[in-house]
Amino acid sequence: MSEIPGDLKFLKSHEWARVEDNGLIRVGISDHAQGQLGDLVYVELPEVGSTVQAGNGAAVVESVKAASDIYSPVSGEIVEVNDTLNDKPETINEDAYGDGWIFIVKASDRAELDELLDADAYAELIENEDN
Amino acid sequence: MTEKTVLNATHRALGARMVDFGGWDMPISYGSQIEEHHAVRRDAGMFDVSHMTVVDLHGARTREFLRHLVANSVDKLKVQGKALYTCMLNEQGGVIDDLIVYFLGDEFFRLVVNAATRAKDLAWIAQQAKAFHVEVKERPDFAMIAVQGPSARAKVIGLLHEVDRARIEKLGRFAAAAAQGPHGAPLFIARTGYTGEDGFEIMVPEEQAVTFWNELAAAGVAPCGLGARDTLRLEAGMNLYGQDMDDSVSPWEAGLAWTIALDEGRDFIGRKALEAQKAAGAMRTMVGLVLDEKGVLRHGQKVLTDRGEGEILSGSFAPTLNKAVAFARIPSGVSGDVRVDIRGREVPVRVVKFPFVRDGKPCEGI
Repeated sequence: MSEIPGDLKFLKSHEWARVEDNGLIRVGISDHAQGQLGDLVYVELPEVGSTVQAGNGAAVVESVKAASDIYSPVSGEIVEVNDTLNDKPETINEDAYGDGWIFIVKASDRAELDELLDADAYAELIENEDN
Repeated sequence: MTEKTVLNATHRALGARMVDFGGWDMPISYGSQIEEHHAVRRDAGMFDVSHMTVVDLHGARTREFLRHLVANSVDKLKVQGKALYTCMLNEQGGVIDDLIVYFLGDEFFRLVVNAATRAKDLAWIAQQAKAFHVEVKERPDFAMIAVQGPSARAKVIGLLHEVDRARIEKLGRFAAAAAQGPHGAPLFIARTGYTGEDGFEIMVPEEQAVTFWNELAAAGVAPCGLGARDTLRLEAGMNLYGQDMDDSVSPWEAGLAWTIALDEGRDFIGRKALEAQKAAGAMRTMVGLVLDEKGVLRHGQKVLTDRGEGEILSGSFAPTLNKAVAFARIPSGVSGDVRVDIRGREVPVRVVKFPFVRDGKPCEGI
C-alpha cells in the first residue's frame, strides 16, 4: 500500500480531489480502490465541457472483475480528461495518485471541498474497511 | 462460517487477495489477474481447486446407477481411468450440476462436482443411489491442484517418481492415472482442465498438498487465482454452473447438447423432458458474443435482437484477445444485427461460435 499524499481530499467512495495551483480540481481514484478493483481494462471518460454534480457519477472504470462508477467530488464543469487512459487504463493501477488521474473540474462551489475527508480520515476509513 | 482449503495460509503468505466463493475463502489473484491469465496461456500456472467436491461411488451396480443419474452415457467409458463430462438433470431437464465422471473399476467410479452445489448434489446423488445399493462417499481428504498451460505437463512430470514418468507422459486427454509425487505423495493425475490449455488436475492427500504446491512453484509454475481461472475458461468456451446454466435451464439451451446421449433404451433422469423439448424445438440458444469496440460485456446485460431480447450469461474482458467476449442466451433463429445494452447505450456485437481461444491462440473468426 503506497503512502496517501497529504494534499488530497477524498470521497468515502474512494475518489480523490487535488486543488491545483490554478484552482482547478484534479480527480482520480485511490490506490486502495485500484487494488480492490484489480487490473483495469476500460475507462469511460466524461466529455470536456459537460457539467457534473458533486456525488454523482462522472466516469466509469471497468476492471476485469467489475464496472464502477466514479463520482465527482465537486460540482462544476469538466475542463480536461486524461486521454491516455483510453489506450492505457492500467495507468491507474500503476500510478493512481499521479499519471492515473481521470478528469479535471472547474468547481462551481469550492465550499464542497470542505465536505471531503482529509488524508488521515481516509486512511482510517480504509483501515476499518479491511478489518 | 467460511470454509478454508488446506492451502489457505499458503495463499495468504503469497499476498493473495481473498474472496468468498460459494462459501469458500479463495484467492482471486496474487497480483495481476491478467498476468496470471497470460502465464497459463504461455507457460504454466496452478490453481487451488480443493474446494471442489470429490465423491466416490462403490458397488456392483455403480455403472447402472450412473446410466440413470447423468445425461451423458457412461458406456462411453470403456478403459479404466477414462473421464466423461456430463450434466446431472432433474426431471424437468434442468441442470442440477455439471461434473466429471472417472471410471476407476468395474465397481468404482469417481465424480468431481462443483463446490457451490455440494450440499444439493450430495443429497440428490444419495437419494438416487439407494435403489441401486451404491455407496456414496465424499472425499474431503483430497486437496486438488490444477496445473495448466503449454509447459504444465512437463513441469509436473519432472516432479514425479522416475518409474511413473513415461506412463504419465503418455496419459491421453480426459484420462487419469495414479502416480507417485515428491516425497512419495500418492497422486491422482487427470489430464483435464478448465482453461483451454493442456495440463493436469491433480488430487493429492491434504497433508501433502502444501509441499506439492511449493514444489510446483519451485519448478516455475505460477500461482493463479480464481479471477484468471474465470477469464481462461470463458475464452475456452466452457460453462460456469450458476451463471451459464442452472436448475431451470436445459442443456439444449446452454450449449451443452454435445453432452446429451440419447442412446437407445437408457432411462436417465430428465430424458423425457429433453426429448419433449427437442421435439418442440429449443426456444433459446446459447451463442458467443464479441465486442470489437471498447467496453466490457457483463453478466445480466440485455441483448437486443430482431427476434426479441436475450441476456448475457458469463461476460468479461478476455486478456488473450484484448477485448470483451461473452456467452449469451438469445432467441433461436436470430439473423440480423445484435446489440447489447451497456448502461443505456446500445453497442453492436458480433455473434460467433465458441470457443474463443484454444491452445493459446484466438480461434478463427474471433
